[in-house]
Amino acid sequence: MPPTYAAQYLPVLIQILIAVAVAGGMIGASAVIGRRVKDRVKNSPYESGMKPVGSARERFSVKFYLVAMLFILFDIEAIFLYPWTVVYRDLVKLDLNHGLGGFLNGLFGFFEMVVFVLLVLCGFFYIWKKGVLNWAIEDKDEPIEEKKRAA
Amino acid sequence: MTSLFRAVLDSPWLTPVLTSLVLTAVFPLGVGYLSLLERKLLADFQGRLGPMRVGPHGLLQPLADALKMLLKEDIVPSEAEKSLFAAAPIVSVAAAMMGLTVLPFSGHIFIADVNVGLLIVLAFSSLGAMGIILGGWASNSHYSLLGALRSAAQLVSYEIGLGLGLLAGVMVAGTLSLRSIVEAQLHRHIWFAFSNFGLMLLPFSVFVMAGVAETNRIPFDLPEAESELVAGYHTEFSGFRWGLYMLAEWGNILVVSSVAVTLFLGGWLRPFPDIALLDLPLNAGIPLLTFGGIAVYCMRRAALARLRYERLILIAVSVVFLVTGLAFLIPEPRAQLSGLFWFLAKLSSFVYSVIWLRATLPRVRYDQLMDFGWKYLIPLGLIGLVVNAIIGLL
Repeated sequence: MPPTYAAQYLPVLIQILIAVAVAGGMIGASAVIGRRVKDRVKNSPYESGMKPVGSARERFSVKFYLVAMLFILFDIEAIFLYPWTVVYRDLVKLDLNHGLGGFLNGLFGFFEMVVFVLLVLCGFFYIWKKGVLNWAIEDKDEPIEEKKRAA
Repeated sequence: MTSLFRAVLDSPWLTPVLTSLVLTAVFPLGVGYLSLLERKLLADFQGRLGPMRVGPHGLLQPLADALKMLLKEDIVPSEAEKSLFAAAPIVSVAAAMMGLTVLPFSGHIFIADVNVGLLIVLAFSSLGAMGIILGGWASNSHYSLLGALRSAAQLVSYEIGLGLGLLAGVMVAGTLSLRSIVEAQLHRHIWFAFSNFGLMLLPFSVFVMAGVAETNRIPFDLPEAESELVAGYHTEFSGFRWGLYMLAEWGNILVVSSVAVTLFLGGWLRPFPDIALLDLPLNAGIPLLTFGGIAVYCMRRAALARLRYERLILIAVSVVFLVTGLAFLIPEPRAQLSGLFWFLAKLSSFVYSVIWLRATLPRVRYDQLMDFGWKYLIPLGLIGLVVNAIIGLL
């Protein structure tokens, strides 16, 4: 194997270049070989055969932003756990020879993680109870409101 | 001239570059045949024959498909962002292929052995979501945009579950290098899916469920739900650009399955790797039976074939499989190939299950999908992690 640390990643870089070149080459080949007939209607955005209504650059549900934000939070929390998982087997020792103090000392790494996961879970249940995770609209008041309006 | 030749031959880059090139060549072809396999299996599940026209039993269908995609008109919608529209499928397929670089296909065959291999796989699988959302947004069509948004939300939601499943595996292995993970399973005499008194099966199943969702497969194929979104994010893509998206999708399936095999099912190790007595029956016998069986089947089909070219193709396929099978009888190639054989055998069973799922399950509703990802998989993943940490104390 290549000797230096950074050099380990060179094959990955080579593969990126090859992959992009191959993918670009395939599209290029199809652009050269395949024939093109310009047609205003054919080149319009697809809307099941109808004339496109408005632009697709419109606003979309705020829930997608919420999911993105939650993802960043939870993914970072998962990333925090990676270094811990790698060293976990060395970090934790079941020490029964040095009394309660020694025993708890050996479990330090374990309890650190438990506290961290519990904190994550607190936040998780908070957003759950706030209804952020409910994708379908299930406002219980809404049908009553509608009934009132109808009446 | 000779000194240059020597320098190239002695260079430490030779093996990685060669493996890279072989992978790049094999990958599109392999994906083509996987698509044929999927069509054949689905047909079988539904009591049909599947592709039968191009070549014997449709064996040349993938080549015909590739040719057709090359010859198709490459439509760029007038409203699309041209540069992003061109870049998006390339980003997708490159990200899918990158995941394969750090995977050890056997003890000897790998492109890069990086000490944070698993993180690299995760990083590139996140990059794949970029290709999808870029493509959907650049198309400037309502269906594409909705498909891309759904897809992005789904991918990021299930990535957390995926990561939590992996965490438990890493905790048992104690390393992020995929090669060391397999070696750890050899030294610990157990596949990690079954370690910790079988409790690792919980993170393993979390990983597999999240993996199916991460690769947009049924029952979680909402991004391209054709009954509501036409084709989702790739509605506007045609010809080879569409083909690249399909390539990326299969690439992602292969990457996720390979990670599952490597981390949880012992990678290239054969079953019971520490019982030397089983070496000959498992490393020579089973490959010989498998490839020999395929060879015999192809020969029988060749005898039944009506057209001359079909017979020739079937005989050629049969000979290739027979030679491969016989190679396992000779010690030297066996040592090289047996790891690859077991890796591919485990990978194939995963791919088979993924196709089986498609034939069996209906698609879930979008709110069910998000509910399942957030309210079940993430808590299950955390529970799996803590439970296995407790067992790890012992």
